[in-house]
Amino acid sequence: MATGVAAWLPFARAAAIGWMPVANCPMPVAPGDNSKRQDELIILNVSGRRFQTWRTTLDRYPDTLLGSSEKDFFYNEETKEYFFDRDPDAFRSILNFYRTGKLHYPRHECISAYDEELTFFGIIPEIIGDCCYEEYKDRKRENLERLQDDQEENKDLKLPNMTFRETMWRAFENPHTSTMALVFYYVTGFFIAVSVITNVVETVPCGSTSSQKDTPCGERYTVAFFCMDTACVMIFTVEYLMRLFAAPSRYRFMRSVMSIIDVMAILPYYIGLVMTNNEDVSGAFVTLRVFRVFRIFKFSRHSQGLRILGYTLKSCASELGFLLFSLTMAIIIFATVMFYAEKGSSSSKFTSIPASFWYTIVTMTTLGYGDMVPKTIAGKIFGSICSLSGVLVIALPVPVIVSNFSRIYHQNQRADKRRAQKKARLARIRVAKSGSANAFLQSKRNGLLNELLELTGTEEDEQKLVKSASLLESQHHHLLHCLERTTAHEFVDEQVYEQNCLEAALRTYASRSPSASSRGSAAGTCCGRGLKRSGPPPRHGPLQELSAIHIQCVDPAPHAASRSNLNLRTDERINCKGGRITTAIISLPSPPALTPDGDGLHGPLQRRPPPPPGHPAAPSIQTTMSSAGTNIVKVSAL
Amino acid sequence: MLSAIWETEGLQTVGIVVLVFASIKLLHVLGLISFSEDSVEDELELSAVRHRPEGLEQLESQTRFSRKELQILYRGFKNECPSGIVNEDTFKDIYSQFFPQGDASTYAHFLFNAFDTDHNGSVSFEDFVMGLSILLRGTVQEKLNWAFNLYDINKDGYITKEEMLDIMKAIYDMMGKCTYPVLKEETPRQHVEVFFQKMDKNRDGVVTIDEFIDCCQNDENIMRSMHLFENVL
Repeated sequence: MATGVAAWLPFARAAAIGWMPVANCPMPVAPGDNSKRQDELIILNVSGRRFQTWRTTLDRYPDTLLGSSEKDFFYNEETKEYFFDRDPDAFRSILNFYRTGKLHYPRHECISAYDEELTFFGIIPEIIGDCCYEEYKDRKRENLERLQDDQEENKDLKLPNMTFRETMWRAFENPHTSTMALVFYYVTGFFIAVSVITNVVETVPCGSTSSQKDTPCGERYTVAFFCMDTACVMIFTVEYLMRLFAAPSRYRFMRSVMSIIDVMAILPYYIGLVMTNNEDVSGAFVTLRVFRVFRIFKFSRHSQGLRILGYTLKSCASELGFLLFSLTMAIIIFATVMFYAEKGSSSSKFTSIPASFWYTIVTMTTLGYGDMVPKTIAGKIFGSICSLSGVLVIALPVPVIVSNFSRIYHQNQRADKRRAQKKARLARIRVAKSGSANAFLQSKRNGLLNELLELTGTEEDEQKLVKSASLLESQHHHLLHCLERTTAHEFVDEQVYEQNCLEAALRTYASRSPSASSRGSAAGTCCGRGLKRSGPPPRHGPLQELSAIHIQCVDPAPHAASRSNLNLRTDERINCKGGRITTAIISLPSPPALTPDGDGLHGPLQRRPPPPPGHPAAPSIQTTMSSAGTNIVKVSAL
Repeated sequence: MLSAIWETEGLQTVGIVVLVFASIKLLHVLGLISFSEDSVEDELELSAVRHRPEGLEQLESQTRFSRKELQILYRGFKNECPSGIVNEDTFKDIYSQFFPQGDASTYAHFLFNAFDTDHNGSVSFEDFVMGLSILLRGTVQEKLNWAFNLYDINKDGYITKEEMLDIMKAIYDMMGKCTYPVLKEETPRQHVEVFFQKMDKNRDGVVTIDEFIDCCQNDENIMRSMHLFENVL
C-alpha cells in the first residue's frame, strides 16, 4: 500500500460513493475505528534536540523503528517523550523522510555513520530518492573496496595452520610472505627478462658468414638460442603447473587473464617441437613465434604500475570504445570523400577506399607520413578538414581516461599508505589493550594493599587506602577475578611471567629437591628460550634474598603447586582446610613490576616473623588469613 | 619458397584474427552484444537482515524483567547492533573485549550457541533477554539447567568427557599465556577429571542432567555462587 499517500485515503474512500449505484451486491462492512484517539503530538528528544511531529506522520511507515511499537523501548516516563541517544543532525534527514516520503543523503555525512543511523531506525537505504541515490551508492562502493582491501590483508596475517597447497598459493600471490616466495619471484622475473632479450637478440644480424648477406644471430647460433629457449620454457612450464596445483579453484584460475598469458607464452615452443618434422606446415607455425612476445606480459605480476595501467584500460573500456567507434566513423567518411575527390587526378595513390583509410588514419592522428598526399584542390581542402577534426575527436575522450587513471593510481597510493600505517596502528592498539590488562593487575595489587592495611589496622595507614575504581571497572575486575578462581590460575603481566619461567629454569639446574623437577618440566615446555640464556640476568639477585612459597588452594580443584627454594629447604604440602581459605604467597623478584606502593607492600610484611624451617608455614599464616577471608595475601618469608 | 608464402600468409591470418576479436570486444563494450559473464557489479548484500522485537508488554510477560530494565537492555543491545540481531562474529568481538589477555573466541562460540535457542545462527533481542532472564532472575534449578545446556555441546542430554574438555579448554584459553602458575597442557584435562569424579555418580562416563543438578545442589560453594550476579541489572 502506498503509505506515502495515506493522507488521501479518506478522499479515495469518499469518492467510492460513485460505485454504489452501479454495484449489484451489498458492500462489506466498514472497519470501525476503535481507538478514537485524537492525533497527538509526539516529542522525539534526540540527544537534547527536541523534534515534534504528529503520531500519524510516524505511523506512515509501520515497518520502521519510529513507526512501530519498537519506539516504546525508548519512552521516558518522567518527561513523556521518546529519547534517542543518536546524532541529531543525521536524525533530521530521517524525520524528513517521514514527513515528505523521500529520503535524502546529505553529502557532508560520513557514509558508514549514515548507514548505521539508517539501520538503527530500521529504514532500508534503497528508498533513497533519485536525487541522492547515485552519490550514496558511489560512496558506499568506495568504502566497501577499502574495507575489502583491509580484509584481504588481514587474511594474510591469520591462518596459522594452512595446508601445503594454501601456503604455496599464498607464496605465489604475495611474494613478501616468505623468503622462498621472494626467491621464486626474482628467479621467474629474471628468466622472463632473459627470454624476452633472447627473442629480441635472435633477430639481430650477427655479422656475415662466408656466403651472402648478414644472417640474424638466431640462425647462426641456433643451438645456443634453442637451449636458452628450452630452459626458459621449462621454468615457465614448471611455474604454471605449480600455480595450477596450488590454485584454490582450478577452473577459475584457468580462466584468468594471467594464466592465459602464461599458456600463450609457452605453447608456441611445444607446437614448434611437435611440428618440426612437417616442412610445409612448419612455416605457418613459425609465425606463432610472434606470440612469444606475450612473455613480456608476465611482467605484470612483478610490476604494480603495469597492473594499474591494465586496470585503468579495463575500467575505461567504455570511453575507449567510444573513441574507437567515433574514429572509425570519421575514417570511413573521410576516406570515401578523399577517394572520390582524388579520383579525377592521374597517378593518384588513392586507388580504392580501403587504400584511403591509411591516409585518413595518418592524417587524423596528425602523423602525416607523406607517402600519400592529395593533389587536387578539393582533396587538399578535405584533407585539412580531416586533420582538424582528427585533433578534436581524439582529444575528447582522453581526459576521461586520464582522470580514471589518476583515481585508480591514488587509490593504490592510499592502499600502500594504509598498509604502511597499519603496523603502527596495530602496535598502538595492542598497547592500549595491554593497558586494560595491566589495569586489572594494578587494581588487584591495590586491592591487596587495602586488605593488608586493613589487617595491620594502623590509623595513619587507613588514610592511604587507595580509592576504588569506577563501578564499571570494579565489575569488570570482579569478572576477571571469577575467571581466575574458576581456573585456579592467576593473571600476571609479561615481565613476571618471563621471570617465573627463568626462575623455574634456573631451579632445574640448581635445585636439589626432587619436587622441583615437576616444575622444571613445565618451565622447559613453556619457555625454551629462557633455558638458552647464558647467564642469569641481574634481576635474579633478589631471588636469593626473597624466598617464597606459593600455595594456592581453590575448591573444587585442590591444586598442588609447591616448590622448594634455594635457601629454605622446606617441603611444603598443601594445607587446605575448608573451601574458602586461600593462602597464597607470591615471590616478586623486583620492584619495577610493582606499583609505586611496592615499598609499602613489603614494609608491613617484614614485621611478620618468618616461619621456622621444617615447620609447615600454613598454620601460622592461616590464623591471620582467616580474618582476611577469601583474599590472596602476599607474604614473603626470609 | 613455400615456407615464405606461409609466413606472410600466417601473419596476415594473425592480423585478421586480432582485428576480428577487437571488433567483437568493441561491440561488446558498446553493449550491442553480451556474453554470459558473472557480473561482479555492485551485488552489495541486499539490505542486511533486520529484526524487530516483540512489544514491550509481551516481553514483560515472558521474562522477569521490569519495563524499565527491558528498556535499558534494549538500548544497550540496539546501540551495539543497530540491525537488531547479533551474528556470531559480532558476538565474539564483543565478548573478547572483556578478556584482553586471552582468546575468548572459542568460549564465545559456545555461549552463542547457548543463547541462540532456535539455532538460526543469530541472536535476536528476544533470545538475549530470555537468556538473561534465566541467568539473572531464574531459580537455581533454571540456572543449573542453563549451565548444563551450555556444557552439552550437541544438546543430546549428556555431557561427555570430550564436550567437557572442549569447554574447559575454551575457558583456559581465556586466561591467555601469562598466568601464574604457568598453564600446562594437561591442566584442562585434569580439571575435567576432577569434575567428572565429582559429578558422575554412576561412573558411566557421561553426566546427565539429574546427576548434574543433584551434585550441584549438594555443593554449597556452587550454590552460593549461583546467587552471585543477582544484582547485575
